Amino acid sequence: MSRQEQLLQDVVIKFAGDSGDGMQLTGQQFTNNTALLGIDLATFPDFPAEIRAPQGTLAGVSGFQIHFSSNKVFTPGDLCDVLVAMNAAALKANLKSLKAGGKIIANIDGFDTKNLRLANYPDGVNPLEDGSLDSYEVIKIDVTKLTREALKDFAELGVKERDRAKNMFVLGFIYWMYNRNLDNTIDFLKEKFGKKDVILQSNIKVLQAGYNYGDTTETFTTRYKVEKAKLPAGVYRSIMGNQALSYGLIAASEKSGLPIFLGTYPITPASDILHELSKHKAFGIKTFQAEDEIAGIASAIGASYGGSLGITTTSGPGVALKTEAMGLAVMLEIPLLVINIQRGGPSTGLPTKTEQSDLLQAYYGRNGECPMPVIASSTPSDCFDVAYEAVRIAVQHMTPVMLLSDGYIANGAEPWRFPSSADLQPIKVEFKKELAEGEEKYQPYKRDEKLVRPWAVPGTAGLEHRIGGLEKQDITGNVSYDADNHQHMVKTRQAKVDMIADYIPLQKIDSGAEKGKVLVLGWGSTYGAIKSAVLELQAEGHSVSHAHIRYLRPFPKNLGDIIKNFEKVLIPEINNGQLIKIIRDEFLVDAKGYNKIMGIPITKGELVEAIKKML
Amino acid sequence: MSTAVTSPALTAKDFATDQEVRWCPGCGDYSILAQVQKVMPTLGIPKENIVIVSGIGCSSRFPYYMNTFGMHSIHGRATAIASGLKAARPELSVWIVSGDGDSMSIGGNHTIHLLRRNFDVNMLVFNNQIYGLTKGQYSPTSEEHKITKSTPYGSIDHPFNPMALALGADATFIARSMDRDPKHLQQTLTRAAQHKGASFVEIYQNCNIFNDGAFEIFTEKATKAEEALFLENGKPLVFGASQNKGIKLDGLKPVVVTLGEGVSADDLWIHDESDFYKAQILTRLFDNPYKGGDHFPRPFGVFYQTERPCYEEVLGLQIEEVISSKGKGNLDKLLRGKEVWEIV
Ligand code: SF4
Repeated sequence: MSRQEQLLQDVVIKFAGDSGDGMQLTGQQFTNNTALLGIDLATFPDFPAEIRAPQGTLAGVSGFQIHFSSNKVFTPGDLCDVLVAMNAAALKANLKSLKAGGKIIANIDGFDTKNLRLANYPDGVNPLEDGSLDSYEVIKIDVTKLTREALKDFAELGVKERDRAKNMFVLGFIYWMYNRNLDNTIDFLKEKFGKKDVILQSNIKVLQAGYNYGDTTETFTTRYKVEKAKLPAGVYRSIMGNQALSYGLIAASEKSGLPIFLGTYPITPASDILHELSKHKAFGIKTFQAEDEIAGIASAIGASYGGSLGITTTSGPGVALKTEAMGLAVMLEIPLLVINIQRGGPSTGLPTKTEQSDLLQAYYGRNGECPMPVIASSTPSDCFDVAYEAVRIAVQHMTPVMLLSDGYIANGAEPWRFPSSADLQPIKVEFKKELAEGEEKYQPYKRDEKLVRPWAVPGTAGLEHRIGGLEKQDITGNVSYDADNHQHMVKTRQAKVDMIADYIPLQKIDSGAEKGKVLVLGWGSTYGAIKSAVLELQAEGHSVSHAHIRYLRPFPKNLGDIIKNFEKVLIPEINNGQLIKIIRDEFLVDAKGYNKIMGIPITKGELVEAIKKML
Repeated sequence: MSTAVTSPALTAKDFATDQEVRWCPGCGDYSILAQVQKVMPTLGIPKENIVIVSGIGCSSRFPYYMNTFGMHSIHGRATAIASGLKAARPELSVWIVSGDGDSMSIGGNHTIHLLRRNFDVNMLVFNNQIYGLTKGQYSPTSEEHKITKSTPYGSIDHPFNPMALALGADATFIARSMDRDPKHLQQTLTRAAQHKGASFVEIYQNCNIFNDGAFEIFTEKATKAEEALFLENGKPLVFGASQNKGIKLDGLKPVVVTLGEGVSADDLWIHDESDFYKAQILTRLFDNPYKGGDHFPRPFGVFYQTERPCYEEVLGLQIEEVISSKGKGNLDKLLRGKEVWEIV
């Protein structure tokens, strides 16, 4: 049989099925397999809100999108080339994001009468048979039947257990289609099911059956190959956002010598940081699953006061509950990290969907004049650097810091050229150990040239002192209701945060000229979409540049100059216009917004259109 | 860091600060402060290793008047802050000063969780059955029908029974004392400090401005002997002006008896601090003396004490175990992970 091999540059696959179909695992396995070949990639998992949404329904569809390429990849892709649909609902929910002429790999068994009804297809309509998919290439496979077939010798397994391996069949088939080997997945299965031999063997069997199905069935005449990407030389691994963030915290702890104390309460999509950190006790990390969000931050404040690196992780609703305690940390002027993995709001909102709508909350969401530095990550691997920077700012400027990430980067994966610990700049921390010469009494609010007060922790003889949430007298830290003192302290706390601008890098132009027609100014997870849209327009010869802000409060000192070098400024955000308010306020510039508030990332395509309108 | 005594013996004066004490004249808080300052030097803990964390309320001003490390935090959260501090620094002697509103209303959640986790801290609840700092609203321990600024027609809230609440949360040490009995208070504080685990001490504190005399039947000479029952481990429950009354257990039911009339001290309930079931009954000797019905004196002293592993200890042990079985964390190994590829 003659088989063709076709070389492709760029592929987007979406694995979609019922939340019980194991699509996340399938996607992650395919991701690792792709990454190990040195192909660049970005992923986007898309979960249903309910853990056990009704089976077969549209609400229960779980998806995993991967974009891989021999070119640099910045986003998980706008539209897919291949849609794997394990049931009718998965097809219905995702068909709109399939390219014209794209491939559909459909599990026929998921298109029976019951599944069609659950997916709200009218009686008697089956998209696989009514010609409605004629503009696509439909590959119909009876995955359920073939899986059961492959496992006919596994007498000890019940039907339910056999069917659970369906996703391995699909994965095996896709591996065949993209010319891959099965090694990494077999290793993974061994690690996962090592102790349960039958399950291990059955999964491997089905994986191989899927692969062989592609190999032996004559209908499939073409296999595809995507070559290695031309990435900068180095050693890479695949990393997800929340994992990178956790590693950034651990690295900062090691490089500052401050043990991590995480006080937190589980919340989607931040809980993975708690899971990750609690695995690494070997680094001396203390994780504390508190009784509520408030106790999460309060315990972290207690730990920071004791000289640890106090961290609390949450999402928007949790930040709302923590605001009073953040005010205390601002008043105490102690280091603290508040990490917000944003999700759709307000209130409980869209817990499993992404949004950038807590920027104003991070900026202003506290009582009183209560400035806190804000820093945001832009890609999964960037979470590492941003976490490291957040710790540096917190401990060197004695301040709580708000770190913003979001559900999209938290769960997304990309290749990461990880640093070695020797590459990481040490974070210098000094506790006050004793009274200086001539100092009679410890003055907790006596500041240095950065306006930073000393960190004197309990257990230090001679430095006993009292601090609290009441207004402090300058220098002594005693309670003070004096009018002039209050004005002075409010201004000083603000000046201290503003002065951080002297200790952060200047804003860079990410791509494009320093001066020109349109500046696309972004922050956070819109990075990939903006980057790819701007690169495309630059290639067409348009005068457009991209700058992406990591340090949101204070801004880098040159941000205003950069903005003034462009005729127009476009600020795309996954919110109703938040950075734009701050930019207009700070720089009096007539910036325009592009706002999408649908719980999903902005795509490159729509951004290209939005920018074109301004050119 | 060791908590052993390294410096010359301290006195109560060493624990006072230069800050002017700002409670209302006559407030019960003064006596509590004096007793704490007296007890501290006897504990053999260097004062730099002592931290007092408070919330908000009149009582919560306490840290400013103690020459130790201290934090006057936010309303209801002292317990949570102290939990984090103790978890991070198990060698410190951590004290929480709170009031009835702070610990049982806004901070009720943290209080019960602190107790169940059994952090080795001392929690002093100054119970004055009123909101003092906000000028006189009823509190979660105020009695029903109480007329206050926010309950002009009388409170319809059923009050908390703090001892029962603490025991219900599996506290390992619960005790009650009062501002007006300095010796008893000192003894109770000492016991609390010596207990390994979370010590919950309820201190009846008179707010002479907004709730004067709330506890006077327990504290004033004329009624104290009849209304207050002082617990001593291994001793029978005896009270009364001439120490002629006692409490006897009739099955699970406590009854007041008069000694002599066919009842001897041997027939009485012998206090056993380690008996959880009896402690539950003790916490329920909580009737309102003005209400009628079965009437019992109110117990003071240590109701219950037991040993249970402390959270911060187990937290540390877990880390030690992981390090001894897996070795200390290696950052480069972590960052590298299991699967890497090289691009040349
Ligand atoms: S209001 Fe009451 S509790 Fe507060 S200081 Fe005055 S007397 Fe004491």
